[in-house]
Amino acid sequence: MADEKKDVSRRDFLKTAGVATGALVGGGVIGGLIGYNAKDGGTATDEEERSGGRADQTAGSPGGRMFFTNDHDFNVLSEATERIFPEDDLGPGAIGLGVPYFIDHQLAGAYGNNEREYMQGPFNGGEVTQGYQSRLRRKEIFLQGIKKMEQEAQSRFEKSFTELEGDQMDEIITAFQKDEVEMEGVTAGFFFRLLRSAVLEGAYSDPMYGGNVGMEGWKMKNFPGHQASYIDKIDSKEFQEIDPQSLGGNH
Amino acid sequence: MATTLDKVDVVTVGAGWTGGIIAAEAAKAGLKVVSIERGRERGTEDFLRVHDEYRYAIRYELMQDLSKETITFRNRPDQRALPMRTMGSFLLGEGLGGAGTHWNGQTWRFLPYDFEIKTMTEQKYGANKLGPDYQLQDWGITYDELEPYFDKFEYTAGISGEDKNPFAGKRSNPYPTPPMKKTPVLEKFEKATSDLGYSPFMLPSANLSEAYTNPDGQTINACMYCGFCERFGCEYGAKTSPEITVIPAARETGNYEIRFHSNVVEVLHEGGKATGVRYINWMSGEEFIQPAESVVLTSYVMNNAKLLMVSNIGEMYNPETGRGTLGKNYCYQVLPGATGFFDEQFNTFMGAGSLGMTIDDFNGDNFDHGDLDFIHGGSLSLTQTGSRPIASNPVPPDTPAWGSEFKKASIENYTRTLNVGAQGASIPHRQNYLALDPTYKDAYGVPLLQLTYNFTDQDRALHKYISEKATEIIEAMGAKQAVGRAPITDYDIVPYQTTHNTGGTIMGADPATSVVNNYLQHWDVENLFVVGAGNFAHNGGYNPTGTVGALAYRCAEGIIKYSKEGGSLV
Repeated sequence: MADEKKDVSRRDFLKTAGVATGALVGGGVIGGLIGYNAKDGGTATDEEERSGGRADQTAGSPGGRMFFTNDHDFNVLSEATERIFPEDDLGPGAIGLGVPYFIDHQLAGAYGNNEREYMQGPFNGGEVTQGYQSRLRRKEIFLQGIKKMEQEAQSRFEKSFTELEGDQMDEIITAFQKDEVEMEGVTAGFFFRLLRSAVLEGAYSDPMYGGNVGMEGWKMKNFPGHQASYIDKIDSKEFQEIDPQSLGGNH
Repeated sequence: MATTLDKVDVVTVGAGWTGGIIAAEAAKAGLKVVSIERGRERGTEDFLRVHDEYRYAIRYELMQDLSKETITFRNRPDQRALPMRTMGSFLLGEGLGGAGTHWNGQTWRFLPYDFEIKTMTEQKYGANKLGPDYQLQDWGITYDELEPYFDKFEYTAGISGEDKNPFAGKRSNPYPTPPMKKTPVLEKFEKATSDLGYSPFMLPSANLSEAYTNPDGQTINACMYCGFCERFGCEYGAKTSPEITVIPAARETGNYEIRFHSNVVEVLHEGGKATGVRYINWMSGEEFIQPAESVVLTSYVMNNAKLLMVSNIGEMYNPETGRGTLGKNYCYQVLPGATGFFDEQFNTFMGAGSLGMTIDDFNGDNFDHGDLDFIHGGSLSLTQTGSRPIASNPVPPDTPAWGSEFKKASIENYTRTLNVGAQGASIPHRQNYLALDPTYKDAYGVPLLQLTYNFTDQDRALHKYISEKATEIIEAMGAKQAVGRAPITDYDIVPYQTTHNTGGTIMGADPATSVVNNYLQHWDVENLFVVGAGNFAHNGGYNPTGTVGALAYRCAEGIIKYSKEGGSLV
């Protein structure tokens, strides 16, 4: 499955190789690398490379985009997700886990369109305890929020969001979290909570949804995914480390 | 123009636990029964690929399609109620089996105290223990009267348990199957609570410890502890659900039919008798009238109340005057508890929905409330239900909500956290009630149900007291850090809490203060029965389904009796 000969961008490779060289041999992390091996010096732009664009993905891979039409919007989203769930010595971050693609796919479908939610008017602002009251659907909230993040970057630092240092991105994300940014039809805090939830969903859902690439999210957390039974293990006093399984590989 | 169908003996609205029990019993007695179910047919064969947290637990695959119907909500009568646009605080069911498909299976009998709560509270603490805003009521039935029906439900469901709870009501029979496995995590709880002087016992479970064939001849398989239970259907047929027990039992009689994709919008009635129901098949768009000798509302708490309201049956509750009964005594639950952070790792990703141990030392009136400013309490349990990675990201207090510190702490603690939690009882309050919304409508043009609800001083006091007890237990279990639940403020419909909504169509001994009698027969319309947790006059300190199942069996007996004799059953 993993194409080990494919070029991996120097930056991404170093980041990952430093993490778990041992696991690399076993092939587990290789799967994780597929998500972000833009060719060094190839056709990928610098921005795509930073944001995990899957320029060299072959047809049939989950790396295509179904929702975002604009590369820059997608790259802002990617950088924001990575700040929320960053790569570290435990393993990959949101980009390495394919989270931006997961979110893209979700926004194109039932989730983005609020298909199973009550979306009839009239729309009135309510108390926080009354929950989602926006007339906007999630796909509209994400697009607007991402463009607002870019605007904040320009007005605070006179740079694109994707060119900011990590702590500058954090300052902007925190401003959304604290509801300090003006949005239309929805609050910034609401958008932040949607984004944060979507990042965790992408990091830990079954890889068949496009995130949790190589089950690396599950491996970090010691969650074995889809297992038929624990009847022979649940009595054990020892912690059980079990190789995870995806529903996707199990047809 | 609605098509009028041939009359049947019994029509039920919905085919979950209550509809299934009524259908099985009535069909076995020779009555022709039809259930009108707005969801789809589904069963064990649909759950073979169910180990998908995102689809089932996060995006609510098996639950109600809110685009068609939801409720509106406000905390107080002086606020504007707004629609619950996304699922959150509780999870409404839909489809064959209803919420009985995606329940956890924790199957309790409410305490003897619960059924006579007003009498017993006043006897012991006087009439003014809580003040005039709390509307305590006896249920119009005692534990002893309901015991045979508890027994019947437990034997239908094959409940796995042990009779070691010193506070439980008397049982006529032992549990049908032995308790589930006592895992190392449960042993830890058992030791700590025993050392503290409490009386731990295995939680009664509808995830069965061994394969079991019930009196109807239906078989439930043994649980595999796969960790995907609540919010999921069981791929092994090992979690007792209507679609593997009472529904096939009803179908095997040849007297039972279920109409799917069909949403009841009105109970038809004339001259003090129900004549049938009107429903819409939302696939074809056709409208039908199903005439019936007896109409039985067996949908969820919310929809049972709504159908009575939109059909103008009974007097609406008025929170100003306290008059009227329909919509009165809506209750919920509070969830006191504590989280313990440990150094060692636990196999908490394994589990089953009802795998747990419990103490009842702080439930009901099992402890003295003389010096306390609340009544009742809750069952305190440690459950090992299968913790999954999207929903479970436990971090110690003061950890940021995102970024590298959050990532490290949530991954570290995912397998190093245990929780002790209570089902905190909920006492009815004058300003907590159900009504019809004046503004918002469902997909069929019918008004949405409106919920007015907030936590009370009673709730806050109970929550604080039981959370302290939970913290002591988790400390005794050896947690390096024990964190009690933060005090509750206003009820918030956004985060998931519990699907233990009760009241609105309460039972009782007096038509002036209740909607149905103790056969769940409507006081004003003798061939109309309303069944479910909506009948609870308050909510106790346990999961409600065991008590709902018992009430449904009693109601079934009443319906069969009514079919022969007619008239009021009390």
